Amino acid sequence: MMRIAAGIVAAVLLLAGVADAGEKQASRVSVPVVKIEKGEACVAPTGEMRRDHMKMLLHQRDRTMRQGLREPRFSLKGCVDCHASQKTGSVLGKEGFCSSCHEYAAVSIDCFECHSPNPRKQAAAKP
Amino acid sequence: MNPDRRHFLGWGAAAAGAAAVTTLAPGFRLIELAQARSPQEAASKLQRWGLLIDITKCGECDACVTACHEENGVTGHGRPETDAQWIRKVSLRDKRTGYAQTLPLMCQHCEHPPCVDVCPTGASFKRDDGIVLVDKHTCIGCRYCVMACPYAARSFVHEATSGQKPDVPRGKGTVESCTLCVHRVDRGETPACVEACNKDGGKAMAFGDLNDASSEIHRRLKSQPSSQIRADLALNTGVRYQGL
Repeated sequence: MMRIAAGIVAAVLLLAGVADAGEKQASRVSVPVVKIEKGEACVAPTGEMRRDHMKMLLHQRDRTMRQGLREPRFSLKGCVDCHASQKTGSVLGKEGFCSSCHEYAAVSIDCFECHSPNPRKQAAAKP
Repeated sequence: MNPDRRHFLGWGAAAAGAAAVTTLAPGFRLIELAQARSPQEAASKLQRWGLLIDITKCGECDACVTACHEENGVTGHGRPETDAQWIRKVSLRDKRTGYAQTLPLMCQHCEHPPCVDVCPTGASFKRDDGIVLVDKHTCIGCRYCVMACPYAARSFVHEATSGQKPDVPRGKGTVESCTLCVHRVDRGETPACVEACNKDGGKAMAFGDLNDASSEIHRRLKSQPSSQIRADLALNTGVRYQGL
């Protein structure tokens, strides 16, 4: 009985894998590359981050700019420090954490017109 | 000793103690004010950051300008007419006597900043601790503030920028000026120009809290003559000069 169940699960997984690969090939739009380079956990659960990261950044932006509150939790510098690609050292570019998803969703990001897409140099030394 | 007498003595001792604490010495505190704010603490109206520049010690060097532009990632395109400039050296010369002076000039961080008055979007603002900044998120690049500033301290970014410093975002189509190195001040450090002047220059610049009676800048402003540039405009600048 257990063997049959395991077989079914394996078959389903295999089929899903095939379907996934097929979808990737069929689509003309490249699927976003979500590669987490550093850190065990983000500042909030993944679902919340996907839905609300822009709200967090907007809120933090005004508090930092106007009141001088440089709280590390939702800081853009913090995002970049963890999510910048080890290869290119940036969150932009073809496989960049920010740009690949935003390109897929056809949402333009203006953050990096002014902000640096590269992590802080001393970031590695700090705990 | 009856209870009334004991209470009376107790109150007397408490009053004497309180008086002794308050009058130990002027400017002396049992608990020193913390210089660096914690990241969870907002900029406070109790502080007013400022600079005191002794022109008699300011020589021909431009260590402050180099350090500022290095710290803030201000790079030019070899076009001095339009390149951004956060701080510059100004030379003065008395036509009659030929006496020449030189001084660094940057945003004067006014108490009543004209740039804030004219900004149509509220992007140009004064932080509670007296630092005048541009919120580039809301700046539309109209350059009214550039016109309004009597010190010509503001610059417009004409061209796309790259290689910004993580602490100092800069971008095309917005106005910028000296931030008093707000990112360093928030960490409890002094602005880059002051650090460079004290290291490589003539030790002409001092940074501090104008409201803090125990600070060097407050003490010097209280005991020595100093002046504001265009004091006639009554802007109450945060940058003061000596020997002008």
